[in-house]
Amino acid sequence: MSEAILKGIAASDGIVIGPAFIYNRVPLDIPSRPAAPVLQELQRFQIACEQAGQELESLKISVLARSDPETAAIFDAHKMMVLDPMLLDAVQSRLEAGQIIEAAVQEASEELAAMLGAMQDELFAAREADMRDVGRRLLRILLGISDTSITQLDSPAIIVANDLTPSDTVSLQSEFTLGFCTAVGGLTSHVAILARTLGLPAVVGLGKKALDAISDGTMLVLDGTGGAVILDPSGVTLEQYEAARMKATVRLAAMQENSSKDAATANGRHVEVGSNIGDVDSAKEAVRFGAEGVGLLRTEFLYLQNTRPPTEEQQITAYKSVFDAMGNRPVIIRTLDIGGDKPPGYLKFDAELNPFLGWRAIRICLEDHPLFKTQLRAILRAAVGHRALIMFPMISSVEELRAAKTVLAEVRAELDVVGLDYAHDVPVGIMVETPAAAMLTDILALECDFFSLGTNDLTQYTLAVDRTNERVAKLFQPLHPAVLRLIKKTIDAAHQHGKWVGMCGELAGMQKAIPILLGLGLDEFSMAPRSIPEAKWLISKFTDTRARKIATQVLNQATSADIEEFMEEVLQETRG
Amino acid sequence: MQTTSIVVHNKVGLHARPAALFVQAAMAHQSKITVRNGEKSGNAKSIMGILALGVQQNDTITINADGPDEMDALTVLTRLVNDNFGESL
Repeated sequence: MSEAILKGIAASDGIVIGPAFIYNRVPLDIPSRPAAPVLQELQRFQIACEQAGQELESLKISVLARSDPETAAIFDAHKMMVLDPMLLDAVQSRLEAGQIIEAAVQEASEELAAMLGAMQDELFAAREADMRDVGRRLLRILLGISDTSITQLDSPAIIVANDLTPSDTVSLQSEFTLGFCTAVGGLTSHVAILARTLGLPAVVGLGKKALDAISDGTMLVLDGTGGAVILDPSGVTLEQYEAARMKATVRLAAMQENSSKDAATANGRHVEVGSNIGDVDSAKEAVRFGAEGVGLLRTEFLYLQNTRPPTEEQQITAYKSVFDAMGNRPVIIRTLDIGGDKPPGYLKFDAELNPFLGWRAIRICLEDHPLFKTQLRAILRAAVGHRALIMFPMISSVEELRAAKTVLAEVRAELDVVGLDYAHDVPVGIMVETPAAAMLTDILALECDFFSLGTNDLTQYTLAVDRTNERVAKLFQPLHPAVLRLIKKTIDAAHQHGKWVGMCGELAGMQKAIPILLGLGLDEFSMAPRSIPEAKWLISKFTDTRARKIATQVLNQATSADIEEFMEEVLQETRG
Repeated sequence: MQTTSIVVHNKVGLHARPAALFVQAAMAHQSKITVRNGEKSGNAKSIMGILALGVQQNDTITINADGPDEMDALTVLTRLVNDNFGESL
């Protein structure tokens, strides 16, 4: 066999070499049986819808614990489709015509998907894949095939498919999955987004011919950085890619070795590099990648996975397991940060025109004292013998900080009364994610112990951009001069009052931002576990003097494009 | 039965978050609510129905509500559209 190259779209970085595994979905055959009475068939549909809703909810939670809310929102959209009255109508009319439920679901979902696919606007047409995915899920449940039995790899392989739905991608992920390539799809397709989240290389948009050319077991080089797939690579090509892969692996290994050491600038100033985590698995991952602490422990998943809020005991168990996994490292635990964009069923949300400016986070907690107090009690009790810190989200005024601290004081007093053991010296900080908090840092600093910049929300609120809105997402620029100026203002004001400032937004792990943040004097960087080795390496390459000079130059730039370009040069120079 | 026509100024039209908000607001009402865009018409309580209308910026839609809370339904949905779903233009 001679070598062949297929060009596609580089969707997720990395090079892997291995045999192809052609992914064909489990055939979902419509059984041949006589139709039961319509009501009986319909009842099976309703049960299937309920189960689909539960599956989608747990998929969402597992993605949410490891990734960002936007990726998880894919499964929210699927939940809405499961419950759609048009789907119900289309199913029901087929049942009334004497079809069995399996056939009715297949035809109905296909009809709705085709309707979306036929639309002219690309945004609308892209929802076709989601409707198909939902239809298959329902059919699979009706056929009694379990969610996990879809495909099991038993040796390392590169997944090749025409297209992968979000459900496929999540369930195909295993220790043996080397990477993904698909015939269709673009940079913003679900598979591309999920592959990046999972840290697996991916090439999409190879074209239909890819499926004719590749068969099960074909040796492949998947170059997710260059956007190419090489079939039956020659010895020379293999050597070339193996060398490139080794070089990347060696660099990563060196970084990982360096990563077990504490982070320090070239002139030896220690800065803390921690991790953002959501559960005990990600805590272990953080330690493995060299986290010196947890800059953000999200607690939302505890609240979203059940039909009622978690009890004090459930929370204590969850927090303790994370504290134990982190040993004597500090853990900043953020109190409940939810809102109308991802509401749990047990909290009554009115319809909000703009949930990001609505009833959320600390605003909910300050109204629902029982909910808030249960969490604070659990944190204080779980923190005995550990280095825990409490952080309040979405603070936009001094009154809110005071009110939250009053509730905390009440919780302490109540614990004293009942004589339960709790941690007495837990520092209290706030997230700086509203421009208001950034502007008020000097005043807030008098009443709290530390700050953590939440740059995703700070960027959203400063630039007035909803990044889940595809039409304006490109205006979401974390390296925008206005955002950087607010960050500088926050750090300067906090330092003047002897308080330290961390950052738990995506910016803290962004290569282009790290030298700037060092120069602005950021004390703690918290990021996804996988970003830690490279961040520590990068930090070690800059002296404080050079970083300060870079920060000064950056703050004089007019646009984020200028800043990006300038920082690209700085990075090239540094990497050598 | 109550009917009103309104121009959708929102940039993405009735898609993504605006569509989801519109459907959620419709679902909070008991009345039967339909939306018409040109030749097409759909159930306002269905995300598929709303998406299928393909409503783009500056399209005029006609909302029809029939039921005990028809006035309120129209008021709420009209306000949602007029306020650009809480987004700026």
